[in-house]
Amino acid sequence: MATVSSATTGRALARPAVARPRRKWIEIALFVAPAIALYVMFLIVPVVQAVHYSFYSWTGLGPLSNFIGLHNYREAFGDRFFRQAMEHNAILAGLSIGLQLPLALGVALLLNRPLRGRRIFRLIFFAPYVLSEAVTAVLFLQILQPGGLVDAALRSVGLGGLVQLWLADLRLVFYTLFVVITWKYIGFAIILLLAGLQGVPSELHEAAAMDGASSWETLRYVTIPLLGPTIRIWVFLSVIGSIQLFDLVWIMTLGGPAGASSTMATYMVDQGVNSYRIGYATAVATILFGLCFVISMLYQVFVLRRDSGTGTARMAG
Amino acid sequence: MRTSPFADAPVYFVAIALSAVVLVPIAYVVLSGFRTTGQIANKPVAFPHPWVIHNYAKVITSGSFWRQIGNSVIVATIATSLVVGVSALAAYPLSRLQFRGREAIYTFFTFGLLFPVAVAALPLYLLLRQFGLLESLLGVALPEAAFGIPITIIILRPFMRSIPVELEDAAAMDGCGRFGFFWRILLPLSRPALVTVIVLSVVTSWNNYILPFLVLNDPNHWTLPLGVASYSGVHSADSAGILAFTTLSMVPALLFFMAAERRIVGGLSGAVKG
Repeated sequence: MATVSSATTGRALARPAVARPRRKWIEIALFVAPAIALYVMFLIVPVVQAVHYSFYSWTGLGPLSNFIGLHNYREAFGDRFFRQAMEHNAILAGLSIGLQLPLALGVALLLNRPLRGRRIFRLIFFAPYVLSEAVTAVLFLQILQPGGLVDAALRSVGLGGLVQLWLADLRLVFYTLFVVITWKYIGFAIILLLAGLQGVPSELHEAAAMDGASSWETLRYVTIPLLGPTIRIWVFLSVIGSIQLFDLVWIMTLGGPAGASSTMATYMVDQGVNSYRIGYATAVATILFGLCFVISMLYQVFVLRRDSGTGTARMAG
Repeated sequence: MRTSPFADAPVYFVAIALSAVVLVPIAYVVLSGFRTTGQIANKPVAFPHPWVIHNYAKVITSGSFWRQIGNSVIVATIATSLVVGVSALAAYPLSRLQFRGREAIYTFFTFGLLFPVAVAALPLYLLLRQFGLLESLLGVALPEAAFGIPITIIILRPFMRSIPVELEDAAAMDGCGRFGFFWRILLPLSRPALVTVIVLSVVTSWNNYILPFLVLNDPNHWTLPLGVASYSGVHSADSAGILAFTTLSMVPALLFFMAAERRIVGGLSGAVKG
């Protein structure tokens, strides 16, 4: 596997035409400049602006003049609807790790063998991931209608008593959305884990078996630890994804009824777009960003560093 | 032994059951588009008996459906060209050249992974308004490209790094400058990775909802996800129509996916094993 080390020895070779430092710096700058420009202009600047606006009370129209310091933040944390949205995001992240991961892991372990039609199964499992959340939302809106496919299916197997108002029941709607989210993303998890499992050499299983380990022990002490990096990356993606969930919820329920299925992102858009409270909404956005940032930093320090790394950069290779 | 076909039966059962869970909702939507709203109201789940095509026909002949697809194509094309172009250019020095600040710049780019588009959506709206880019497909494509830079660079860097340095030396001997090497040797050799990032960018852009939602209010400018969501809301009584619209909206994504499946799955797995 190549020549990473020779990238440094290359410099030792005489290359008079391009060795002059000033020229080299200019060339490097030219290569990197477009990306930096685009990135700073349309990613960094908006985020910085969001933080800036969050200290004002502003409708987005007219001058930015009503400086109110941390007031928006105090209001957000004090608002029970925002806290409700935060809870939802937290529960979502928790359920992802607690339910989706074991399920995906179980399926991946089961499917990790030469199966006929493996390519077709892979295609099928992955398809929901490729569909937009918008399309998925509309699809399930239809299926979950009272008397729709889900209800009809339950009744046809005699479980008619389980039929509920999946999207209208305050206590249920959030969990209904969780099921839809699972439908959309579980295939991705399964395939990711399958890819990780491919990296576990079968000789290890044989060696463990020869040492007298049971299947369960092999699983626990050999396979799962070796799957560690894959699992950790999936957990990271899943948590960040849970924090910023918007499209699906917005289209299916608008976060309702009465905030019963809200997420921080739907709350934010609702405040900013429907109530014209840009200052307040950007404070919510900053809180969202802050959460992502803190979680990522903590995650890297405590979790990903074990996988030999020095941060986001290394995590992704 | 362990290769007995009967031992594998429960595995096939699970695989098939899961496939059913995935396929049944999709099949339902596809098939129900061939019924009338009245039939669906009476008996929600049934095979189309007379196959009614007017729902699908209505969508296919509606100008707005194709206009939305066209808008999505334009946005995805601009965004992908931009992101892959600037990221490939930046990934070259980041992967193969030694210079002070290299890792700092790389880390700077990877921070972008932490920002979901949703966080920046509102300030992006205000920024685009300042630039006069509201209601503009370019206004949607530029931020999409910017947000795609981190993952694109992250995928391209290890790949570019693995290309033998002898090629670079040989190019230098032939008097080929850095840009010449980049254009004539590095890029062509990076084709597999480039295809992967292109596919990822296209899928991400095509499915983007929140940004177009905020930026594009005129229905003529809508991208496909906006159109689907809006149709569902506006025509909420017309179940069959919604189902037909939804099905047809899935077609581009699924076709693209089937053509590019290896790249998508491979690219993600590669980034994981990475």
